Amino acid sequence: MPTTFTKIASVSVGVLGAASIDFSSIPSTYTDLVLKISARTTRVDFSDAISLSINGSSANQTSRYLEGGGTAAGSGSLSSFRTQASAATSTSNTFGNSEFYIPNYAGSNNKSASSDGVSENNATSASAWLVANLWSQTAAINQLTITDLNSATFVQYTTATLYGIKNS
Amino acid sequence: MADTKIVVDCSTGEVSEIELTAEEVAQRAADAKAYADAKAAEDADKAAKAADKAALLEKLGISEDEAKLLLG
Repeated sequence: MPTTFTKIASVSVGVLGAASIDFSSIPSTYTDLVLKISARTTRVDFSDAISLSINGSSANQTSRYLEGGGTAAGSGSLSSFRTQASAATSTSNTFGNSEFYIPNYAGSNNKSASSDGVSENNATSASAWLVANLWSQTAAINQLTITDLNSATFVQYTTATLYGIKNS
Repeated sequence: MADTKIVVDCSTGEVSEIELTAEEVAQRAADAKAYADAKAAEDADKAAKAADKAALLEKLGISEDEAKLLLG
């Protein structure tokens, strides 16, 4: 049976926390990438906005999103690859869940990606995002960096795992 | 908590915890401000559109559900 879903690397944040998580020197030997994130931050709110920089930069990114909160739904456009994390006032010890799927990451065309993410909270207020992303650059992706858009810090046990996908 | 970043070298599997440079700290603050400004602008735009919609419904003397019936 062919190996189609391979863990490239995984990291868990330590007791000091982290401002960002960076996967560098990503091999170009797969067709697609999947990044799974389990995150909680120090932002004083029930959820937080986190994003993905590519090859060391957050430039040339656009996206369209659908979002749902505890009381309302919305949509809009952004200039970042955006998803959600749980934050300081969400239920203790809960972590948001997110996934980015990046097909043809090593090709020579602009790169699209889909992402979905939720903050976790045992209360009325929580946040779910479904996003279509575009990176208008033709370079192969060799670096992905998870950052917090509100300058908060990822807390201990925040975890990110990068997988490579190929069809044989 | 200290301003550090975690770097995973996917070619070796090595994980490093590195303190942010002054430049990286400044960039992080600038990025957060840019995001806050963009979000404030987007929220203001949404609020303005909602106010315009409410004013139009008021002018027409119909509810939002009635407007949906008309457009459906």
